[in-house]
Amino acid sequence: MAQQTMLLIGTRKGLFIADSANRSDWALRGPYCETWPVNHAIADPKTGTIYAGGGNEWFGPAVWKSTDQGKSWTHSSAGLSYGEGEPPIKAVWSLALGPDGALYAGVDPAGLFRSTDGGESWEHVPGLRDHPTRPHWMPGGAGLILHSLLVHPEDPNRLWVGISSAGVFYSGDGGKSWEPRNKGTRADYNPEDQRYPEFGQCVHSLVMAAGAPDILYQQNHCGMYRSEDGGQSWTSIEQGLPSSFGFPAAAHPRETGTLFLLPLNGDIAGRYVPDAKVAVYRSRDGGRNWQALRAGLPQENAFVGVLRQALTTDRQSPAGIYFGTSGGQLYASPDEGENWRCVAPHLPVIVSLETLSLDG
Amino acid sequence: MPVHVTLPAALLPLFPGAPRELELEAATVAEAMDALEARWPGMRDRLCDSSPAIRRHINVFVEGRRGALETALPPGSRLFIITAISGG
Repeated sequence: MAQQTMLLIGTRKGLFIADSANRSDWALRGPYCETWPVNHAIADPKTGTIYAGGGNEWFGPAVWKSTDQGKSWTHSSAGLSYGEGEPPIKAVWSLALGPDGALYAGVDPAGLFRSTDGGESWEHVPGLRDHPTRPHWMPGGAGLILHSLLVHPEDPNRLWVGISSAGVFYSGDGGKSWEPRNKGTRADYNPEDQRYPEFGQCVHSLVMAAGAPDILYQQNHCGMYRSEDGGQSWTSIEQGLPSSFGFPAAAHPRETGTLFLLPLNGDIAGRYVPDAKVAVYRSRDGGRNWQALRAGLPQENAFVGVLRQALTTDRQSPAGIYFGTSGGQLYASPDEGENWRCVAPHLPVIVSLETLSLDG
Repeated sequence: MPVHVTLPAALLPLFPGAPRELELEAATVAEAMDALEARWPGMRDRLCDSSPAIRRHINVFVEGRRGALETALPPGSRLFIITAISGG
């Protein structure tokens, strides 16, 4: 059946949407959300409802919602607060839907909120901020942000979050209690004898393998990693990649071992693509071997970076892969990264990308 | 005697139907926020944070002087709520 693909593009100046019936010709619309910075937008595949989380310097954080594919929007931050005397929330950074229909929001400063009424109101999930390590969490370059949010596809009590730069935390009881899950991931910025701490790693992106929720991948400030036990231990998958630094990661929608990364040249080397040549790296065997995918991507004078949530896949076959640069160029591949095209060259800073496939 | 309130232009698209200028009964800026919240649920969250305080990049002026939540609003006074310089 023909499918309509909708690309949700979170930018510093609002949410944009690109639509395509064939993944070759794209029509861009927006900006939506009153041009607020939108850090992450997702769509509920069951209903098509779009949620967009962000924050505005004047008016604070909010989750925007559209039930008509972006034509009209409402917004709410009811309950999105740590309470009087606590630090005000600056922005929403990540959104995820659980198998029970609950909507989660990760925010800056790092914490987790849950909505059981489709984003109309929010309640704090206090266990994470009550964790004894929390006073020691250090903000990363973008702030103390909860940017990665995974819910087990069948068990809504199992949650993983990634916080810059506190690391990965896991809850098996719906968010009441949490434990750090960073064993085997490095913190190269610490003194030599403290490079494998319990927490404090700078995770950049955390993704789950399709059909195997205990297989997780992460792009870290200091390396790329795979876990086969839900994050209890991590193994480096850096070998064969041009650097150990990057921001985003994206898992294939069906193949457990297929992962896409977009390494940058290094944390003190400018943080653009190696040799100023853009390449997406694909592994089909869980990170043991890597292939650079460059066809159609700029191979000269490309001093661009890609942020942590700005690489994604669609659900179709073959899978479409998409990334957006911090310079506002949007690239799409309809064939798992073999061939690429720039489909929007002049957007604002692209912060996140997600897709929705609709039966056409 | 009501207070005259001017809302920031950038706030209006967030609350369809909200006018740029209105009148309401309030003895302090905090009470004015309560009255705005009652008319347009969610508006207080856009103007105030959880401290509680007026948001960092929002300014309120009462009779031409910079104010805060506790600032008194004399009968018939003018309350200007404006967006400060911010962003990039």
